[in-house]
Amino acid sequence: MSLAADPVEERSQALLKPHEGGPQSGRRWLLPVMLTLISLIWLFPLLLALVNSFRDYAFTAKNGYVSWGGFTFDNYTNAWQQADFGLHFANSAIITIPAVILTLFLSCCVAFVVARFSFKFNLALLGFFLAANLLPPQALLIPVYRMFRAIEVPLWISDSGTLLNSFVGLILVNMAFQIGFCAFVLSNYMKALPKELYESAVIDGASVTRQFFQITLPLCRPALAALAVLQTTWIYNEFFWATVLLQQGDKFPVTSSLNNLRGQFFTDNNLVAAGSMIVAIPTLVIFFVLQRHFVAGLTLGATKG
Amino acid sequence: MTRPSSEAEYLARMVPPSVRGVDRRTLLRGALGVGTLLGAGGLAACSSGSTGSTGVPTGAVTGTVTVGSNQSDAVPKAAVQSYMDAFAKANPGTTVKINTVDHNSFQENINNYLQGSPDDVFTWFAGYRMQFFAEKGLVGDVSDVWKNITGMSDALKKASTAADGKQYFVPITNYPWAVFYRKSVFQEKGYEVPKTLDDLNALGAQMKKDGLSPIAFGDKDGWPAMGTFDQINLRVNGYDFHVSLMAGKEAWTDPKVKKVFDTWAGILPLHQADSLGRTWQEAAQSLQQKKSGMYVLGSFLAQQFTKGAEQDDLDFFTFPEIDSTIGTDAIEAPIDGYMMSAKPKNEGGAKKLLQYISQPEAQLLALKADPSVIATNQTADTSGYTALQKKSLEYVKSAKSIAQFMDRDTRPDFASTVMIPAIQSFIKNPKDIDGLLTSIEAQKKSIFGS
Amino acid sequence: MASKRKYRGIDQLSTRDKVVVSLMVIVPTLIVLWLVWLPAIGSVLLSFTNWDGIGPLSGIKSVGLQNYRDIATIYPPFWPAIQHNLIWLAVMFLVATPLGMLFAVLVDRGVAGTRFYQTSIYLPVVLSLALIGFIWQLIYSRDQGLINAITGGTTDWYGDPNVNLWAALVAASWRHAGYIMLLYLAGLKGVDPSLREAAKIDGASESQTFFKVVFPVMRPINIIVLVVTFIESLRAFDLVWVINKGRNGLELISTLVTQNVVGEASRIGFGSALATIMLLISSVLVFIYLRIAMKED
Repeated sequence: MSLAADPVEERSQALLKPHEGGPQSGRRWLLPVMLTLISLIWLFPLLLALVNSFRDYAFTAKNGYVSWGGFTFDNYTNAWQQADFGLHFANSAIITIPAVILTLFLSCCVAFVVARFSFKFNLALLGFFLAANLLPPQALLIPVYRMFRAIEVPLWISDSGTLLNSFVGLILVNMAFQIGFCAFVLSNYMKALPKELYESAVIDGASVTRQFFQITLPLCRPALAALAVLQTTWIYNEFFWATVLLQQGDKFPVTSSLNNLRGQFFTDNNLVAAGSMIVAIPTLVIFFVLQRHFVAGLTLGATKG
Repeated sequence: MTRPSSEAEYLARMVPPSVRGVDRRTLLRGALGVGTLLGAGGLAACSSGSTGSTGVPTGAVTGTVTVGSNQSDAVPKAAVQSYMDAFAKANPGTTVKINTVDHNSFQENINNYLQGSPDDVFTWFAGYRMQFFAEKGLVGDVSDVWKNITGMSDALKKASTAADGKQYFVPITNYPWAVFYRKSVFQEKGYEVPKTLDDLNALGAQMKKDGLSPIAFGDKDGWPAMGTFDQINLRVNGYDFHVSLMAGKEAWTDPKVKKVFDTWAGILPLHQADSLGRTWQEAAQSLQQKKSGMYVLGSFLAQQFTKGAEQDDLDFFTFPEIDSTIGTDAIEAPIDGYMMSAKPKNEGGAKKLLQYISQPEAQLLALKADPSVIATNQTADTSGYTALQKKSLEYVKSAKSIAQFMDRDTRPDFASTVMIPAIQSFIKNPKDIDGLLTSIEAQKKSIFGS
Repeated sequence: MASKRKYRGIDQLSTRDKVVVSLMVIVPTLIVLWLVWLPAIGSVLLSFTNWDGIGPLSGIKSVGLQNYRDIATIYPPFWPAIQHNLIWLAVMFLVATPLGMLFAVLVDRGVAGTRFYQTSIYLPVVLSLALIGFIWQLIYSRDQGLINAITGGTTDWYGDPNVNLWAALVAASWRHAGYIMLLYLAGLKGVDPSLREAAKIDGASESQTFFKVVFPVMRPINIIVLVVTFIESLRAFDLVWVINKGRNGLELISTLVTQNVVGEASRIGFGSALATIMLLISSVLVFIYLRIAMKED
């Protein structure tokens, strides 16, 4: 009894649409209007910044930000030239991509064991991972720094000879701080999957590895997509550990290059805004790429009920 | 890398900075003679430099010198590059590798940076902030560089010297703190530069009548108001007390300190209201837009003003006299410069570079980036200076004693975790000075006692 | 450790499976143990010293409980910070999180343009801190901000300690709602659509369907959202840091830790004591969560 007659932009969405309409279809206009309104409220502050990133600082300094005029594209060209984005984007990729992939993989492993089996230590394990997430990273700064300085690694891993000043060290720290959260989230998603799914697999003699890769992971796609987006955003924007553990300006991730647009005292805020817009692009791209997976949802499996 | 740090060094830092005021004049006089002989021409000397473990090589040096720089925004970064290039050119076979880290990260990570694998030479500040690292053994002694340095005043040398009487710092530029105003505003309204606190109050009242905020004020970031405290303390109690207070040797509950806050409370109504939500740049804009009459700040204020006519309109005067027995000959002019790490990989090159940085050539290249600062070497050619720079130079020269800045003159942990919140709470509630001072004193004892 | 045939049949494991399962747990555990828990223990130990982070570990001297005494007695920002963290928790819990969940439910109903709605609400999560600082400065600045310009007021949104926490909370909710929406949306997508259809055929209204059918099925996801809200509120840091480094009415425990540990002001011992207090508070929450989770099983 699908009444959804709107020209749907998402074809796959059509499958899941029937809960629109029904008896109260007289108020069908309400939802889009509400959502549009919310979206605009949420977008507004951002648009404000976007507009001002196209304005000349000297103009806004004289006239204040609540004014009109002084439009220029210079902030973007200057930001691009001054912040050395090319190099720093590459650094960010070297840090973020492995960190996100490994974090998600290892978290899936933990979550799978916790959700799939009924070992006694499961809860304790989850608590161990979850509590790790509650610590303020700043508090762990000095101990981690000291350890990294003391641990020597072969030169092919780090040109500094220690974990300090190496991408590997930074990736490890990012992983350690994110695994807890991801494992917790994923285990709860996995718990929502019906256990019966595994029954036939076990009867068929499927190994744990097969159950993991062929049943659990595909079913966690929406959760994995959501986490991938969040993790990319966080690790990409992570700045604190990077500056402490890398110590060399040319190894810093791209977020730090935004600070290169600031002076010791004086900061052209419009320029920094322009730079920030450029820096935000990769995370947005990841979001758009993975968005499909939340929109489409899951059409397979899930028979609980 | 292990650090050569001993128990003795650990204890050494407990000694407050002012205890270490040994007279170094004799040392300096001896050094000057040698220095003039080498001078700027020393770089061109043709004898191949022998790079001993100590001493500045007399000839050209070779190898790579690494430099840690916090000058990360485009213009200063280019300026650093330009004088490093000039150094490399004067020393064929030498390359300078600059590790640029943004200012904020550099500062926040300095402890870890120096204990990790620091560059041979790095940017830093004079004052307690420098002495602290010297006592910790995290930076290298550059006294022999100072033997060759010419054109630096005694005050600068003193500011580069740590408790042990050795130098650890080479100044490049500095900039004064003072009361800034727009000449056009003063002219138009017929204001006169105030000489005393009474003058200031009268001027303030007149400005209010004219619809101006007399003193622009913004302390959202916490540090700008420290400058106001310093100015008033220097006028009320003088340089020696100020330095001793910063060193943790005076009680904050002393009536002298109370008088500073009382004086400040007296002129607080002249300050722009709601300062705790305002950045210094926003406060500067009110001066720029001629909505405020004066602003107590460092000369970097000029960077907010558009180059040309608007910057030329900017002028300053020294903070008015409060006590005639104290006068106005103590000012605040923070010094920026370079230090050498404790175990540089290329010590000869590092020292040679530091010596080069002390010379007018390098300093003038540095000024190109930031015309709001001045060269520390007195022999630097000032013909290219702006009016503001010329005035800054005179101002600094004529001062009898020069303080750095609260966060450079005292322990950084005391400045940032105690004084910033304390001053902010004074601004919020100027009435409870006694309670505030008691609280500061309790925390001071805990921090300085540790 | 594997409990062979103790439970239902599906927990059966071959020897190879046991190795695989062990590895799946041990590798991540070791990483977290090494880089989070070991340093955390170090931090707790350091909290009994007055170490400044410089020099060899042998130079560290114990000061007993002095840091804790100082925190509770002569450190003015501490108690306000605790209070602010609690307010933060309450607002996130009562406003921001329900808002995010509501957005997820609305977006999930799949009206046209859902991608646009999702994107707009999620965008604040993506932005770097530098940009977020700039955005809210544009809105809240006393002299040049949008709010005061429109209303003609002179409220000092960032400087007045009675107001600035709430101003920061608006900004925080703006970001938090998008984050929760994303997590919740992923959960909603996992709900079997046939459940809803069955409810609809039974004549349940939409809100009935949600509260009676979808919401209970979403229990694990609801727990996630709840726990995430706790974590985020306790660790709340970056927004106030970018506003004014957590001073003057915006003190939070995490900012106090940072002020003391990071930077030149390295009162490692004192900062570690603050962090330990934070850890204790968090542990209580984790413990409560585990108790609830345990009761269920």
